[in-house]
Amino acid sequence: MATPLIVSEVSKSFIMHLRGSLVLPVVSNVSFSVASGECVVLGGPSGIGKSSILKMLYGNYGVDTGQILLDHDGRMVDIASSHPRLVLEVRRRTLGYVSQFLRTVPRVATLDVVAEPLISRGVSTEEAHERASDLLARLNLPKDLWQLPPATFSGGEQQRVNIARGFITDHTVLLLDEPTASLDAANRAVVVEMIGAKKEKGVGLLGIFHDEEVREAVADRILDVRQFSPRGVAA
Amino acid sequence: MSDLPLLKVNNLSKFYGSRIGCKDVSFELWPGEVLAIVGESGSGKTTLLNCLSTRLLPSTGSVTYRMRDETYRDLYHMNEAERRFLMRTDWGFVHQNPADGLRMSVSAGANVGERLMAVGDRNYGRIRQTAADWLSRVEIAEDRIDDQPRSFSGGMRQRLQIARNLVTSPRLVFMDEPTGGLDVSVQARLLDLLRGLVNDLGLAAIVVTHDLAVARLLSHRMMVMKDGHVIEQGLTDRVLDDPRERYTQLLVSSILQV
Repeated sequence: MATPLIVSEVSKSFIMHLRGSLVLPVVSNVSFSVASGECVVLGGPSGIGKSSILKMLYGNYGVDTGQILLDHDGRMVDIASSHPRLVLEVRRRTLGYVSQFLRTVPRVATLDVVAEPLISRGVSTEEAHERASDLLARLNLPKDLWQLPPATFSGGEQQRVNIARGFITDHTVLLLDEPTASLDAANRAVVVEMIGAKKEKGVGLLGIFHDEEVREAVADRILDVRQFSPRGVAA
Repeated sequence: MSDLPLLKVNNLSKFYGSRIGCKDVSFELWPGEVLAIVGESGSGKTTLLNCLSTRLLPSTGSVTYRMRDETYRDLYHMNEAERRFLMRTDWGFVHQNPADGLRMSVSAGANVGERLMAVGDRNYGRIRQTAADWLSRVEIAEDRIDDQPRSFSGGMRQRLQIARNLVTSPRLVFMDEPTGGLDVSVQARLLDLLRGLVNDLGLAAIVVTHDLAVARLLSHRMMVMKDGHVIEQGLTDRVLDDPRERYTQLLVSSILQV
């Protein structure tokens, strides 16, 4: 089976210059891989570095050492050492990310927020809007909200917009940071189904799910992040 | 991905006497890429912008630009006429104060049309039509086309300045604090507009701002300047989420949360 994501010996610490250059180790020697069609769930208590790992993989955090290798159009790209331009290209075509919170842009309508990743990959506006509508409908977001910017939506509504935006493309690797945290049972079930569909299409997924039921339903394998924590099992 | 950089900057320095304006700046900019230059007042960001746009001559270093015929030309070895032609056609410059970029005593339509005439368009009907199109793209009502910008609000003036700059389909736009001095609701509207235009037109842009939220929203890549030096650069998300340098950490931690 293909392995679209390989993480090799990644270590990360923060140096807090404004706190007397305090060194805050986050994770060390992180090594794992995600196969296509597989959903790997990061496990362990809060503060152990799960979100940090996702942020490193997406390029939002730099890493101190190690490699983050992605299969990008058939060639291996190391996110940890790539030029920002290549990182952006990988994000556009290969690597998707559903963050915990939606970063809203003033005045941009929900439908456009969701359709944007497709449009930036060259899909026509019409088709992108159609697929965005399908997803929003599937996630039970009331239709009269679609033309409004999501800034004023409830947490659960924003999260569904975020999920629709993350799932609309056919990225081959998808990072999920608690996508179901503020959803009700019905919508959680929809997301579980959507993750299942991604797996069938051969997408490699790496996620954080605190909800046990969801985790049971989607995880092929749980990766305990405590083994990478410099603080060990203490937390 | 295989395309070539639009702009190549090599060891650019500018000294004012013995004082440093900016020192040893090097980077490349690709088509469609938005680069934010951030830093506090006096950090050298405007000096750098002015050097890049040839409004100021640097003390040392070179800037080469890929012309439409795919040849690279050293900006400081062009003659004045060539540079001005570039400024009027392939480039835009959006000033913080719209009055610096507009002609305040001619109509809004003429402000936009003037750039078209500079590139040789002489058909009055077509110029007026294009100007009207651009006014609506920047959300200025068409019936204001014959009004002078001095009768416009600050936000409208800034939008007019943007239309004037973009009408010739430039490939590179320099912006100096494009949202500075505007109140926040006007800022949000302008940012959304700029973001849309940059995406639609595939523009490359260099935006000087001290507002990190503006940089986050508009830019792909970011350079942080302090005392004339680029102290940190990288993907905008990375610089803001995981700032490495002491000064960048200070900047990021100073953002007010609403």
